[in-house]
Amino acid sequence: MPSQTTSTISFSSLVPWLIAALVLCVMPFIFTGGGSITIMNQIGITIVLAMSYNMLLGQGGMLSFGHAVYMGLGGFVAVHVMNIVENQEIWLPLPLLPLVGGLVGLGFATIIGSFSTRKAGTVFAMISLGIGELIAACCIIITVFFGGEEGISGDRTMAPPTFGVEFITQKEVYFLIAFWVLISTFLMYLFTQTPVGKMANAVRDNPERAEFVGYSMRWVRYVSFCAAGFFAGIAGALFAINFEILTEQNLNLGASFTVLLATYIGGVGFFLGPIVGAILFTLLQTVIGLQTDLWALYTGVVFILMVMFMPAGLTGLFAMHIIPWQLGRIGMLIKPYSKIFIPGTIFIVGAVCLTELINHVRHHGDEEFMTLFWVEFNTRSIVPWGVFIIFTAVGFWFSRALAVEVKEAWGNATFVEGVRR
Amino acid sequence: MKILKKLIGMALAAGVFISSGAFADTVKIAFIDPLSGPFATTGSNGLAEWKFAVEKLVNEKGGVLGGKKMEVVALDNKMDGKESLVQVQVAIDQGIRFIAQGNSSGIANAITDMVKKHNKRNPDKRVIFINYSAVDPALTNDKCNFWHFRFDANADIKMDAITDVIAGVPSIKKMYLIGQDYSFGKAVAAAAEKYLAQKTSIEIVGNELHPIGKVKDFTPYARKILASGADAVITGNWGADMVNLGKSLSESGYKGPVYCYYCASNGITATFGEAGKGMLHLVGEGLQNPSRPALTAYHKAFKAKYPKWDLSQPRIINAAQMLAAAINKAGTADDMVAVGKALEGMEFYSEILDTKVLMRAKDHQAIQNVHVGIHTNDDIDIDFDNSGYGIKVFKTVEMASMDSPTTCKMKRP
Amino acid sequence: MDLIIINLIDGLIYGLLLFMLSSGLTLIFSMMGVLNLSHAAFYMLGAYFAYQISTITGFWVGLIVAPLIVTVLGAGVERYGLRRVHQYGHVPELIFTFGLFFVIEELVQYVWGRNMVPYNSPESLNFIALNLAGGTIPAYKIFMLLVSVAIFVTLYYVLARTRIGMIIQAALSYPKTVEALGHNVPLVFMGVFGVGTGLAGLAGVIAGPSLTTFPGMAFLLGSIVFVCVVVGGLGSLTGAFVASLLIGWLQTFAASYNIGAGDILLAMGYEYPKDVYYHPWRDLWTLTLPQIGPILPYLLLVLVLVFRPHGLFGKRES
Repeated sequence: MPSQTTSTISFSSLVPWLIAALVLCVMPFIFTGGGSITIMNQIGITIVLAMSYNMLLGQGGMLSFGHAVYMGLGGFVAVHVMNIVENQEIWLPLPLLPLVGGLVGLGFATIIGSFSTRKAGTVFAMISLGIGELIAACCIIITVFFGGEEGISGDRTMAPPTFGVEFITQKEVYFLIAFWVLISTFLMYLFTQTPVGKMANAVRDNPERAEFVGYSMRWVRYVSFCAAGFFAGIAGALFAINFEILTEQNLNLGASFTVLLATYIGGVGFFLGPIVGAILFTLLQTVIGLQTDLWALYTGVVFILMVMFMPAGLTGLFAMHIIPWQLGRIGMLIKPYSKIFIPGTIFIVGAVCLTELINHVRHHGDEEFMTLFWVEFNTRSIVPWGVFIIFTAVGFWFSRALAVEVKEAWGNATFVEGVRR
Repeated sequence: MKILKKLIGMALAAGVFISSGAFADTVKIAFIDPLSGPFATTGSNGLAEWKFAVEKLVNEKGGVLGGKKMEVVALDNKMDGKESLVQVQVAIDQGIRFIAQGNSSGIANAITDMVKKHNKRNPDKRVIFINYSAVDPALTNDKCNFWHFRFDANADIKMDAITDVIAGVPSIKKMYLIGQDYSFGKAVAAAAEKYLAQKTSIEIVGNELHPIGKVKDFTPYARKILASGADAVITGNWGADMVNLGKSLSESGYKGPVYCYYCASNGITATFGEAGKGMLHLVGEGLQNPSRPALTAYHKAFKAKYPKWDLSQPRIINAAQMLAAAINKAGTADDMVAVGKALEGMEFYSEILDTKVLMRAKDHQAIQNVHVGIHTNDDIDIDFDNSGYGIKVFKTVEMASMDSPTTCKMKRP
Repeated sequence: MDLIIINLIDGLIYGLLLFMLSSGLTLIFSMMGVLNLSHAAFYMLGAYFAYQISTITGFWVGLIVAPLIVTVLGAGVERYGLRRVHQYGHVPELIFTFGLFFVIEELVQYVWGRNMVPYNSPESLNFIALNLAGGTIPAYKIFMLLVSVAIFVTLYYVLARTRIGMIIQAALSYPKTVEALGHNVPLVFMGVFGVGTGLAGLAGVIAGPSLTTFPGMAFLLGSIVFVCVVVGGLGSLTGAFVASLLIGWLQTFAASYNIGAGDILLAMGYEYPKDVYYHPWRDLWTLTLPQIGPILPYLLLVLVLVFRPHGLFGKRES
């Protein structure tokens, strides 16, 4: 992604976008395996939502516990519009529906943001929590609009055909989603390049100094909040198109928490962070979720470790390596990294196996055999216990010993005369 | 970005490939229910019952279509509507043709809607939805479709049985209805109003809904129920809402019966223990005390394999056997129209549960014996939660609501 | 009238329980400036530890030991987790405690399973203490009341009369000065975090038998505790006390009286629609007070934050 700050769009700055578009186009032809398009659609929606969330958390420093509200409201209206279109009361091709969702998200964000963005920090977080709970509760009470617990469903194929496409198959929907992911990402990128977008970062980092430039902190937060609401609404409409149903679960606290988790794991300080987070989190949820019922525990542990040791997220981890790369010393890191990779992997595998084994014995103890990493074994025998404990202990011990080496190499690789990093 | 996407994509493809495992020679049922998160117990218990029923009653008796094994593929929906639809799609993408789900009527509504649309759009990949627990009457009335089959007695049928019992208790003059504020809670309240008016002259002194899973302390509700002078309570509550309501009632000095839909097993029976004795009146199909030899043997074998779980959803036994019979009758496990036609109208006798089951053709609602039992530790052959407490049947309605009307206008393919 | 008295008592018991949670939370906030989003998770841990201990030794040992374990755990979290995250800033601290909530919730399910557990009140308290208005109040509820009041009194005594209380009080208003005076602030931080979470654990121990011990208990009570401290004013113990009682009564009374919006509409002269289930305003006509009772605190939260961001008794904003 380009980091240049010129406001004119030159051809060279468009290149990454063209590559992204190309990748999005060929993806469904590479991954044709069962379920992959379903998962990719879901990833696409999460990307838009996570990026819009990052406009608040990463760019504006506003911790929201109710961001799913704007996605949900946009989605609910989108389903209603879908049903109106089905009755042929208005004419609207399906690919334009996300715009409707976006405007709804924008509308609600304009209203709620007018009082919630007065303060940042804890006050903002608590207001977002309160609003989230209120609207989720209304969802159950106001059945005329929200349909109660079962939600509102529609049929996307009933819209007028767009160039002959009726959006019957998953693949057709994929291209619609991919198109909007690209458009939204591009627009959000442009937002970061506007004066308000840049000021948002400044307000996050040092509110007092930002005021001196002449911008009102509150105004900057408000504009970011509205923009985030708009893109969340787009994500909601995409959800409506993909799943053809919206329920209370789309806008309750749980949904908002999920966005926070996904965005943070990816890395909040970077434009690409939420994309990485959305992809990884969805995969964790769906692919790992198929393998183990402890997926949420792993996600939580990874999340906590990230907050503690890698506050910049996964993208931050990559970004850290730009400096040694620029210094031409990335080679110095390869050896210690590959050395720690083996015991590190052994430790993680051992720990995961041990966790799974204990879980199995405790909660599924009635089944004697269990399968882990394609190996079936008897849980009553002492062998797996011994092996996993040794794996964990040995892996941990060696990783710790080698960590010193990595630290040293890192120091050397980033060392610049006269500069302390 | 490109490299990253590639890597992720590879992981994605690998993951899906591993999970699909590709067994062409089995007839697979996708079991889609919560297997992680706070509601996982009901889901995991149901999965154990499905696995056992399929193994014991189908595969050990020769499988289907002359020797093919049936297989239950567990997919975790995390009790989430969106995730359920994703899992249905994943199942379909893997070539699975039978979707079994039960927990939450809301999710069942979403799935039946999706299955209907999917079957219309993909006539070559149709699927059948086996609803083994969701009891919202709408599923076999306004929202019915050819692909949905319900094996549990719906909320109306169960209420019919409860009110039969209540009509025989002259001391009940005032009734309080309380339930969770969602489709099922409302259905229970509506059915109670209807049947109580039809069969009795009982006065309904309270009819209210409380937010689902949000009430921290039920004491004020219990006070209100006591103050209303109610002689009995009917509730469709489940999970912690059921336990908290029952506990608050008994702590506040309420002495009457509580007629309930979901007040047993999954920790509820153990948590109530002595406090629930004589208070909880459970309605359900396949209740287990007194036991019969066939049931005792089946239960014993089940407990040997799954000591922690109960036969809490006995209709799964019927669902597995009837599905196998339908596949055999249709002679195919690929043509869902044929399987569906074989299943609708099917009559089946379950030796284990000692009941006839009729899958009514006009709305795909199973008609079977429905029981009302009481929570106790006296004369219990089969207990729940390994607690010594169980449900003792005192009233059986044979082929309950056999002729009940339906608003279903079934469109057959 | 009798019903009102009994509701007042029920609301008081519930409110005091909330206070036990919110007092710890507000103490932590006033010392460290961080809202501990995982507070309710420690409440749940208290209940589960007490359950585990009670299966071996009975209720009373659990009552003492479980909160102590939670205190140690809380102190450990501060020492090895929060202190590390502190350097990154305020929002990461919030996010850390939020993540901690998730992990503890998952760990509890990992250890004790997803079912509710049969954690019950002790036999010695299984009798009826009071007969009022046709209803009864069990002895256990009275016990809960007494414990809560004892905690409240002790807390006030410690804060107002002891040396450590003075330091904490001083740190409320002048955290930097206290540090400059040579007090071991990190140790005080660890202690306050430990005691605060320990109080939450104690609340769990005594609430577990009454409100059911199950994996969703933290989530159920979690956000309401934030409402208490925020409405009362972050960092204000008096505020937390008043707000807890207020919310306790608010919820109890809202659940007790079936006032319907339909009645109000009728009184205003509107006509009851014929077929209400298909009426476009059906939700308004059938709306009752108990239905909206559980969300009233959140309404209060938003209103207070909008019109009085420092809460009813708060001194600092955030």
